[in-house]
Amino acid sequence: MNYHWNWGIFFQLSPDGVHTYLGTLLAGLGWTVATALSAWLMALALGIAVGTVRSLPGAWPQRLASGYVELFRNIPLLVQMFLWFFVLPELLPVAAGDALKALPNASFLTATICLGFFTSARVAVQVAAGIDAVAACHKLAARALGMRLSQVYRFVLLPLGLRIVLPPLTSEFLNVIKNSSVALTIGLMELTASARAVQEFSFQVFEAFTAATVIYLLVNLATVTLMRVIERRTALVGGA
Amino acid sequence: MKPLRLPVILACAAFAGLAFQASAQELTGTLAKIKRTNTITLGVRDGSVPFSYLDDKQHYIGYSVDLCMRVVDGLKKQLALPNLKVAMNPVTSANRIPLMANGTIDLECGSTTNNLERQQQAAFAPTMFIISARLMSKKSSGIISLADMKGKTLVVTAGTTTQKLMTMLNQERGLGMNIVVAKDHPESFLMLETGRAAAEANDDILLAAQIAGSKNPGDYQTSPEALSVEPYGIMMRRGDPAFKQAVDTALKRVYRSEEFEKIYARWFLQPIPPRGINLHFPMPAALRAVIANPTDSGDPAAYRTIK
Repeated sequence: MNYHWNWGIFFQLSPDGVHTYLGTLLAGLGWTVATALSAWLMALALGIAVGTVRSLPGAWPQRLASGYVELFRNIPLLVQMFLWFFVLPELLPVAAGDALKALPNASFLTATICLGFFTSARVAVQVAAGIDAVAACHKLAARALGMRLSQVYRFVLLPLGLRIVLPPLTSEFLNVIKNSSVALTIGLMELTASARAVQEFSFQVFEAFTAATVIYLLVNLATVTLMRVIERRTALVGGA
Repeated sequence: MKPLRLPVILACAAFAGLAFQASAQELTGTLAKIKRTNTITLGVRDGSVPFSYLDDKQHYIGYSVDLCMRVVDGLKKQLALPNLKVAMNPVTSANRIPLMANGTIDLECGSTTNNLERQQQAAFAPTMFIISARLMSKKSSGIISLADMKGKTLVVTAGTTTQKLMTMLNQERGLGMNIVVAKDHPESFLMLETGRAAAEANDDILLAAQIAGSKNPGDYQTSPEALSVEPYGIMMRRGDPAFKQAVDTALKRVYRSEEFEKIYARWFLQPIPPRGINLHFPMPAALRAVIANPTDSGDPAAYRTIK
């Protein structure tokens, strides 16, 4: 291996003449966290809604929800990013398309929306599974007590079902953080893109990606720890 | 800094009873590896038109590839290996350094900028091309110079030296440009074409290629002001003076020969595969000067003698 190691690179001034290379990486981390968090909130809201519809009685709600899930689950994330960013504005009327392109932080907004939809499909399946797991007897019991269907969901199925699927939702949260790196393909300077920029300017490839790896690991460990706390706080007595 | 493993490798090779010729016994580093394996591996790019790219027959071709092949011819003579095999290994801007460092590729024949910061990590053959960063915009936008870009959106390609330059100029001149970063050159052009950016900053030769390949070449213009001067070089491992000297000698011989003009004309003044696009890019004066007096300097100031 003929490689010139230089771990001091992070404290050298980066080409913009303002930040150090470490600053470049941290700015990237900021975008990663912002994108992942916004997309996660969107995915939770949409996913719970679609998952609920998916578990409703009757054929049509299930068809609609399944259609939604299959649409966002079966197209690769990278392709979806491109469709949202490059294709959608061209399909709209010219004025609307131009307005969309001129948005400030267009790549951040696009990445968030795309990642939100993509992840919401996965969350929806998990939420529906959670509801199905508790529905069998609880649903009949709640109906027998005289609750309306909306009340059954609000007071029984969702509170219980969501708690059961917290562990897979944690995995999904981690996936959002990691998947946000795909947004570099539409120009978002998130953590992976920043690491690439650092290696490109300085040619210190291994240092740049080692740092990015460590930062991702720390962020994901923090996420896991947080979710563990939430899981413990909300655990059902005696299991499901 | 010599790689430690080399004596070990050589000892093993000798131990294995490989018949070295007398001349080969003093070889070290990359030259020894080439002699031992009878193969040289060129790192090539798949989309750096016209320097190094894939044609429609899945061959790697281009100006840099042609020059590298002349260097290979020189190495064949020097090492007495008439049947030296040439392997082409595609690289990207992100993996060219690791692949160079771990010995996967011996020469990088792409469009890599030679600068002082990068010379900490790699060595460069004498400069083979000189580019200037310029702005490209739609003629309808009326953007001629960088000053016209105040407060507008500019697109640059991720991880290029131009990205660095424009970030700096934006700060220095207080232009307040919104700089968006595209993943690669085609995507940068897409941003300009679809109106996501008012201008694209890039190397003038890449801009010429984008204009020549676009749907409406007449719609675009390139700014006359050169924002920077950058030398391109064929890259190799650092700390291997014998190999560097062999490559430099072979390349300088090409620069002195009649052949160089032909190679240049083939890629920059004539239609090139796969679509027969002609770049119409006459040799810049600065390049002519550096071909007459070859240098591998990574300092842009060394190339500013002729504007």
